[in-house]
Amino acid sequence: MEGLVKSRLMDADDLRRVITRIAHEIVEKNQGTKDLVLIGIRRRGAPLAERLQQAIYQFEQVTVPLGVLDITLYRDDLSNINEQPVVRETNIPFDIEGKTVVLVDDVLFTGRTIRAALDAVIDLGRPQKIQLAVVVDRGHRELPIRADYVGKNIPTSLREIIAVCLREIDEEDGVILLERAE
Amino acid sequence: MKWNRKDLLGLREVSAAEIRHILKTAKPMKEILFRSVKKLPTLRGKSVVTLFFENSTRTRVSFEIAGKVLGADTSSVAVAQSSVAKGESLLDTAKTIQAMQPDVVIMRHSSSGAAEYLANLLKVSVINAGDGQQEHPTQALLDIFTMQERLGDVAGRKVVIVGDILHSRVARSNAYGLLKLGAEVTFVGPPTLLPPEMKALGVRVTHDLESALPGADAVMALRLQLERQQRGLLPTLREYSKLYGLNLKRLALTGKDTLVLHPGPMNRGVEIDSALADSTYSVIEEQVTNGVAVRMALIYLLAGGGNTNDVA
Repeated sequence: MEGLVKSRLMDADDLRRVITRIAHEIVEKNQGTKDLVLIGIRRRGAPLAERLQQAIYQFEQVTVPLGVLDITLYRDDLSNINEQPVVRETNIPFDIEGKTVVLVDDVLFTGRTIRAALDAVIDLGRPQKIQLAVVVDRGHRELPIRADYVGKNIPTSLREIIAVCLREIDEEDGVILLERAE
Repeated sequence: MKWNRKDLLGLREVSAAEIRHILKTAKPMKEILFRSVKKLPTLRGKSVVTLFFENSTRTRVSFEIAGKVLGADTSSVAVAQSSVAKGESLLDTAKTIQAMQPDVVIMRHSSSGAAEYLANLLKVSVINAGDGQQEHPTQALLDIFTMQERLGDVAGRKVVIVGDILHSRVARSNAYGLLKLGAEVTFVGPPTLLPPEMKALGVRVTHDLESALPGADAVMALRLQLERQQRGLLPTLREYSKLYGLNLKRLALTGKDTLVLHPGPMNRGVEIDSALADSTYSVIEEQVTNGVAVRMALIYLLAGGGNTNDVA
C-alpha cells in the first residue's frame, strides 16, 4: 500500500461488529428480507456483501441473493488515467427488476464509484430501490450521494488514505489510516 | 499487466502475457452480450472506423457490434466500392480517414503487411482485421478464447488445423498465438497447399489427416477458397473432401470429445461435413459470439485507457 501507516482505526473485532450491525439495520429498515438483494462492488465490496449475507442468514435464516458488480466500464475517468484498469467480471445471477438492491462497498469517498455503480445497476434492470452500505464514510463528496448504512464516519484530509483490509484479499481484517507518500 | 500498444497487427509480435490479458478482458465483455441492455458508456464519444478493402461482412459486423456495445460510434468504409475504384492510393485513403479524427481504425486488406504500413503512418490505433496471407489476429484470439472456455488452459493441448494452410492468415495467427501459450499445433493439408517451410513456425506438418487426429483436443477446418481448384492446386473438390474433409467418423479417431472449429463461412460437404458442423462437437456458433467479446476487449484496450495515442 502506498503511504505510511498513521493509525489503526478498527481491528478485526470492530469490523465484525460493524458488519453485524449493518446487517441488522438493513433487515430493520426494509422490514425483513423480502425482495432484498446484495450487490458488492469489486473488489472489496464483494467479500463484504458476502459477509453481510452470512450475517443476515444467522439471525433471519434467509439466504439473500448475492451479486458482484465491476464498475470499470462505467468509470468517468477512463480517458484521464494513465494506467488502464483491468476489467473484471460482473456476476449478478438474478433479476433485479422490482428488487431492493443494497450496494456494498468498503469506503465512500468522492461518490464517483457509486455513481458508476448506480448506472451499471440501472442498465441491468429497474430495481424498486437502491440503497448503499459502506464500512467507512470519509467525506469529500464530489457528487450528491450519501450512504444508507455507514460503519463509521471518519473525517479525513485529502492527503490521507483509508484502507479497509479484508482477509479474503489482504492478510487480515481491519481499517487503517495512511498518509500519502510525497 | 499494463497495456501500452498503439496497434494490434498480429500475434507474432505480442507476448504470451499480452495474449492472456486480452483473453482475460474478453471474459467480462462476453457477459455483457447476454444482457437485455447491451450498451455501455465506456467509449462514449470515441470513433471507430472499419476500413475494409476486401469484403467480409461477418468480420466487419462483429467489429461494429463490439464498438457499439462499448458506446463508441462506428462507421464503415467499404473501400472496394469507393475511392479505390477511382484510383486513390492506400496512403491517401488512410490519410483522409485519419483527418476525420477516429480513435481506432480496423483494416482488412488483400496485401500482406498493409495494416503495418498503415499503423506506421497513422497516429490512430490500428487493428488488423486480416492482411493478405499474413495475419488475422482477432480470429485467432477468438479461436483460442473458445478453446480456453471449453478446455481450460490450452498449454499442452493438441490442436490440428486442416486445409489450405498456404493461403491462410487464420492458420498463421493461430499458430503464433497457440504456440506462445504452450499448445501443440499440427498443420494438415495437401502438399500443394502446405509447403514444408511451414515447419519454421514451430508447428508439426503432415499431409495425412487421419494420422494427425489421435489425441487431438481441437480440430479446426479452414475454409477452402473454391478458386484454388481453378488455379490447379487441387484436382477436384470431391477428392479434397475425401482426403481432408472433417466428418463424424474421422473425428472419432481422436478418441476424445474434440472441439470442432471453423472460421466461417463454411463450405458444407467440402472441408466439413454437415452432420459434424451441426453436432455437439461443433463450437462454430460460439466462435461467432466470442468474436464480438474478443473484439470488444481489444477496442477497449486500444481506445479505452489513458493516452494511447501518445504511446506510438
